[in-house]
Amino acid sequence: MANYSTNEFKGGLKIMLDGEPCSILENEMVKPGKGQAFNRVRIRKLITGKVLEKTFKSGETVEGADVMDTDLAYLYTDGEFWHFMNNETFEQIAADEKALGDNAKWLVENDVCTITLWNGSPIAVTPPNFVELEITETDPGLKGDTAGTGGKPATLSTGAVVRVPLFVQIGEVIKVDTRSGEYVSRVK
Amino acid sequence: MSNVLWQPSADIETLRERAAIIRCIREFFYTRDVMEVETPSLSAASVTDVHLATFSTEFVGPGHAGGLPLYLQTSPEFAMKRLLAAGSGAIFQLCKAFRNEEAGSHHNPEFTMLEWYRPGFDEFALMDEMDELMQLVLGVKPAERLTYQQAFINALAVDPLTADISTLQQLATEQGFADIAAHETHRDTLLQLLFCMKVEPTIGQEKPCFVYHFPASQAALAQICQHDERVAGRFELYFKNMELANGFNELTDAKEQAARFKEDNQYREANGLKQVPMDERLIAALENGLPQCAGVALGIDRLIMLATKKQKIKDVIAFDVERA
Repeated sequence: MANYSTNEFKGGLKIMLDGEPCSILENEMVKPGKGQAFNRVRIRKLITGKVLEKTFKSGETVEGADVMDTDLAYLYTDGEFWHFMNNETFEQIAADEKALGDNAKWLVENDVCTITLWNGSPIAVTPPNFVELEITETDPGLKGDTAGTGGKPATLSTGAVVRVPLFVQIGEVIKVDTRSGEYVSRVK
Repeated sequence: MSNVLWQPSADIETLRERAAIIRCIREFFYTRDVMEVETPSLSAASVTDVHLATFSTEFVGPGHAGGLPLYLQTSPEFAMKRLLAAGSGAIFQLCKAFRNEEAGSHHNPEFTMLEWYRPGFDEFALMDEMDELMQLVLGVKPAERLTYQQAFINALAVDPLTADISTLQQLATEQGFADIAAHETHRDTLLQLLFCMKVEPTIGQEKPCFVYHFPASQAALAQICQHDERVAGRFELYFKNMELANGFNELTDAKEQAARFKEDNQYREANGLKQVPMDERLIAALENGLPQCAGVALGIDRLIMLATKKQKIKDVIAFDVERA
């Protein structure tokens, strides 16, 4: 993998830090008028998702990380692995629980997810920003409540639990924002 | 419609405020009988400062068919000192300065500098005058003053003048810079890292703060203090996490100046940096006699950022480097 100097640092660049692939979020140069320049960099560790700040001496180089994002359709889970397929080449990739993290609950068959590969292996799965899921369990709400004040918890077909307005009922399909885990609307 | 980014990076209202501040600064010096001067942006010599990278070009024309190498100035300091040596008296200049390898929210490779020199002043008298200018432009309270040593001790409980390299490495490690500390053997680099990242955020938040008596090893072009040879007559001004200005009780000794240039070049050689020929015209001017004086350079763009409460340097200059 290529090495990158601090001058090449920018948002989205993937580098290795302490043996873990990371993505640069922000890069700011800090330099006293008379003195050494530094780069203060905000970095997201791609496996743990942890965000941290790191300072480099300007001009230093770091090893790049062989990380790429690929869009794959979700097929099924066998309980241990989640299987995805490239819709053009039909090549399949299996991601484990560690790569899925909390995102397993947003996987809908045939939805196209972004799989982050490090040295060819999946390390993260990002579901679409919006998914549509059926409500399998929720308290019967009051008819006529359209304002959505307060709401109630609803369990979805994947096991995810979201707060929904009182008028939404079992069997209905709703749209959820996977980034915030919030209810967006009913799907007619 | 083309997608070319032709619009200014600063809005017109900010540029109007900028113009008013520039005017206010000029008036400040006119009323004090400080003469405005202009010196070359392109010069045959440049700075040896190991942390400054220059732009260079070449003049081809009458008398110079083979090309005359020229550097864009990183500050007008050397040329202004030659004017002082020629008997100009107090002078100021508002000009562009050029520094390669610098860009960010507080840096643009081309920026505006205010530099002025006061014969007969020491660094404290110059801080007084600068304080008045800050109060005028920013509407702030009088600045506070701290020695470098005191500012460092207040923030990190270590004496920067006596701490050895291993103490500084350990301190840097504790402060979250383990990777740099593990390889860094240059004392001043560690001091600059700690000062920038850990001391600066603790000073000059409510009102500007002058930090003076920088370590002698970071004297640059300042005289070493007679009362304590560990420190130099160099000061900096900080306000709201911004380094605004750097000033000196100016070194007037030609021999000492030449020795410092040589030392810079030795460091450059040892660290794989390009050698920079020393400015012989400055040395000759110092030999002729530079009056005892104090001088300071202030970053105008940063001053305007503070006055207009903007977060990025591109917000106060018409076209930043990405739109130049």
